[in-house]
Amino acid sequence: MSEIEDEVTTRLDGNAAAGLLTQVFCAEPSGAVIVCAGCGATAAIGALPAYGLELGAILRCPHCDTAVLRLGAAGATLCLDLRGAVSLRVRIGDSAS
Amino acid sequence: MTLRLESEAWPGHLPGQHVDVRLTAEDGYQAQRSYSIASTPAAGSLALTVEEIAGGEVSPYLSEELRSGDRLELRGPIGGYFTWTEANGGPLLLVAGGSGVAPLMSMLRYRATIGSAIPATLLYSSRAWDEIIYREELERLSADPAVRVIHTLTRSHPDGWDGYTRRVDAAMLEDAAGEPEPGRLAYVCGPTQFVENVASDLVALGYLPTWVKTERFGPTGG
Repeated sequence: MSEIEDEVTTRLDGNAAAGLLTQVFCAEPSGAVIVCAGCGATAAIGALPAYGLELGAILRCPHCDTAVLRLGAAGATLCLDLRGAVSLRVRIGDSAS
Repeated sequence: MTLRLESEAWPGHLPGQHVDVRLTAEDGYQAQRSYSIASTPAAGSLALTVEEIAGGEVSPYLSEELRSGDRLELRGPIGGYFTWTEANGGPLLLVAGGSGVAPLMSMLRYRATIGSAIPATLLYSSRAWDEIIYREELERLSADPAVRVIHTLTRSHPDGWDGYTRRVDAAMLEDAAGEPEPGRLAYVCGPTQFVENVASDLVALGYLPTWVKTERFGPTGG
């Protein structure tokens, strides 16, 4: 399998990382809107292309490919790196909407 | 196969949400996979559809070793993005590849349970007739004139089959999708490449990207 094919078949959605993220955020994370520090695009976390789910997650901007959110899982520790994001907007009201 | 789970602590879910199932071996080794919830939202119980992946770490255990009464470690319900309730509106276009039908089934079951009049079309790609998950239930659900179920069988089909026999493509989506107009919502779930092809075809047909929600299964590491 070529690197490009491999990248396509291992790409998931940010939605798949929501389980890990619920251990960091008390608000529902996949509907949270993140603003990319690279190009200013906005997207729901659940809609972002996600990679590396075996070890945590890297969520990329669908427009400029900036890694907007990195989550590293090691044993009992989670490490969240948000330097690729300008802001993160979460709903704290009704989690159903 | 379908796993029916009960938990007093289960709060119910939104159609389209998933759970993480974690298995821990005696030596402490842990493996975790996400499974979509296929059942109608209900407090206290849920059903998962598990496709056994040969050589996988979790699905063979769930398919073959797990016994009625065993306990499982779950995290969830998870996800607020790939979800649909009547408040989100429609008409709905659901596009499934293989076991990607599970979260879409939860939406159809929920829609029927609440007696929603929102039209729904399911375009469902399976390899063969025998591999169509929920086939009989889908027939019953499509007795509702507002529900349309379109199958395509990509590898083999029974004699006399007059449905589609190819992979989902733009022409098939055009048949299923109707006129692209505001309010329409599409939910696409299946293997990564399937989902990306369908999503880009829908956008080419005039669906705005914000009307199309996707859930990729990826390489189904099992």
